[in-house]
Amino acid sequence: MTALKNITVDDIKGSAKKAGNFMLGLVKKQIFIPIAALLILVIFNLIVDPSFFEITLSKNSAGDPVFSGYLITILDNASELAILAIGMTLVTAASGGQDISVGATIAIAGSVMLRVLCGTDSRPETLQAPIIVAFLVCCVVSMLFGAFNGALVAYFKIQPMVATLILFTAGRSIAAWINNNELPVIKDPSFGYYGNFIPGVPVPTPVFLAIACMIVIALVLKFTNLGLYTQAVGINSHSSRLNGIDPAFIKFLTYVILGLCVAVSGFIKVSRLSSINYSVVAKDIEMDAILAVALGGNALSGGKFNMPASILGAYVIQFLTTTLFKFNVDSAALPAYKAIVVIILVVLSAPIVREKLSKLWKTIAPKKAAKEAN
Amino acid sequence: MKKYLALILAMLMVVFAFAACAQPAADEDDGLIKVGIINNDPNESGYRTANDKDMKETFTEENGYDASFAYSLKNDEQIAFAQKFIQDEVDYLLISAAGTSGWDSVLKDAQDAGIRVILFDRTIDADESLYEASIVSDMALEGETAVNWLAGQGLDEYKVIHIQGVMGSAAQIGRTGALDDMVAAEDNWTLVTQQTAEWNAETAQQIVQAVIDSGEEFNVIYAENDDMAKGAVAALDKANISHGVGKDVIVMGFDCNKWALEELLAGNWNYDGQCNPFQASYIDTIIKDLENGKAPAEKVVIMEEKGFDASTITQEDVDKYGI
Repeated sequence: MTALKNITVDDIKGSAKKAGNFMLGLVKKQIFIPIAALLILVIFNLIVDPSFFEITLSKNSAGDPVFSGYLITILDNASELAILAIGMTLVTAASGGQDISVGATIAIAGSVMLRVLCGTDSRPETLQAPIIVAFLVCCVVSMLFGAFNGALVAYFKIQPMVATLILFTAGRSIAAWINNNELPVIKDPSFGYYGNFIPGVPVPTPVFLAIACMIVIALVLKFTNLGLYTQAVGINSHSSRLNGIDPAFIKFLTYVILGLCVAVSGFIKVSRLSSINYSVVAKDIEMDAILAVALGGNALSGGKFNMPASILGAYVIQFLTTTLFKFNVDSAALPAYKAIVVIILVVLSAPIVREKLSKLWKTIAPKKAAKEAN
Repeated sequence: MKKYLALILAMLMVVFAFAACAQPAADEDDGLIKVGIINNDPNESGYRTANDKDMKETFTEENGYDASFAYSLKNDEQIAFAQKFIQDEVDYLLISAAGTSGWDSVLKDAQDAGIRVILFDRTIDADESLYEASIVSDMALEGETAVNWLAGQGLDEYKVIHIQGVMGSAAQIGRTGALDDMVAAEDNWTLVTQQTAEWNAETAQQIVQAVIDSGEEFNVIYAENDDMAKGAVAALDKANISHGVGKDVIVMGFDCNKWALEELLAGNWNYDGQCNPFQASYIDTIIKDLENGKAPAEKVVIMEEKGFDASTITQEDVDKYGI
């Protein structure tokens, strides 16, 4: 009898330990923080107003079916940020710094796009060039600006934040200059498809574009050494050099990739309203992109990174923004609320705090298991 | 070595910056009135672009002016430009100040040097004796005109989505004040939401989207500039809510961008309040008067600003007032 009892107790202890280990593993996992943050936001909204998660199929003013609801709004509006988070994660990992010029370069990308589409007239009746051509030109230009930042960081060894400060300050003026300071407006409805809906497809197009970008980066990370090399360079560029990797080139490459992400984001941004306002388009988006990387639990000093966690971080930020809009927070206080939530999340995702948390769990879990067993 | 290189580069940049500012001064007396114009960065907004263009078109040699321009969004840089213009011995100093304070001493210098100062677009906290005139917009009046127009629409209930500009800017304070007063005074006026989109169209779109998703009813969108009204309308279109003349939702914007007035003309929006960027002709008149020994009748000139109603606007208005 006693033997049997002992076995059972051990068994229970063992299984409890296993469960504890599982939880411990989860808490230790980098992606835990953005998932937890997302869950908290979901639960909070669920309690306060369950209709938050309703999705309805209705018709827009053009008579096409579209999904609407908070969740769709969040998925839709987070697209640009998620795409930027991809590039920002790579840049952060490789160079140990952030690109603060992405908002300004989005203005440039959008401006180039509209310039190609409009030709010489700022209010054309028809498109002056196919959209795909404009997009390719926009990609090339954005990658060139990315290369400019990358060259400063990789070859001239300037601090990333200082190097990108140049375009941060000058970018919006360059964007205005590209279009001779005019505000182009595109009348052709087909240009608006990419930032809104393709007729007949009820899901917003930016969602598809964001998913496409995620698939591409997933494939690149899986089938090339990009991920490995960026992390190696970020952890110790000297030793990666001894192992035959060219650290400068890898850093340079990540900035060019970020340039490509900027081009896609800029395309979506200008397509949303078929127009641009140089001084406010994508304003402060660089801070949100950096925040997404931080929320993903990635060290902002470079090294190892977790791409899905960063992307999830971007969705958390948009979820938070939409939640605050929904609750009609006083406009003067809005940044304060956002700041409080962000501080909590960032502190929780800091490696030191997570280590403490997992230690705490270690001490609690065996006691709990023992209690249950007895 | 690197340090020296950086130092040399920095010095070169400073030299270039000065070279860019220092346009050759016409020393010989050619009968032109020398004016130094200090303005904000023309890329700041459509309003500023129109304002700068208007200045450049008015203060030309054909009109008898020798004008130099300086741009900055920073007060201290603007003051430095003013000092430079004083050294260049301009006849008139025209200033659209970035900030309201810190101008006293430089204006005093100008007065001692016999330079006359005219403020445009923005006022400053300095003694009135230091400048000849100021030509400004009355943002509070713009708000009142708009709110009075809205009150004149005779709706049973006003459920307003109020989208604000950058908090604390003169335009936001003036345009918000009028609406807040009305909502406080009248029982049938309510604010469905009041949030800042910081002049940003997409943020405005998200704010309106959030209201639509919540299912709350509204029948007025009061956006404090055209861009935000445009973003709001994009959200309405997505949800198939009709807007414009005789439709479910009244759309109001400010600034009178040309494309916005075209929306009015097409009946998609209902109202657009002007924020007049065309101060140059007023300044021109004042300078010509001063040259003939006539002091301006009023120290503070408040520009005429219209509010356009979609049901009465004409193509002429669009061409004339669109910026």
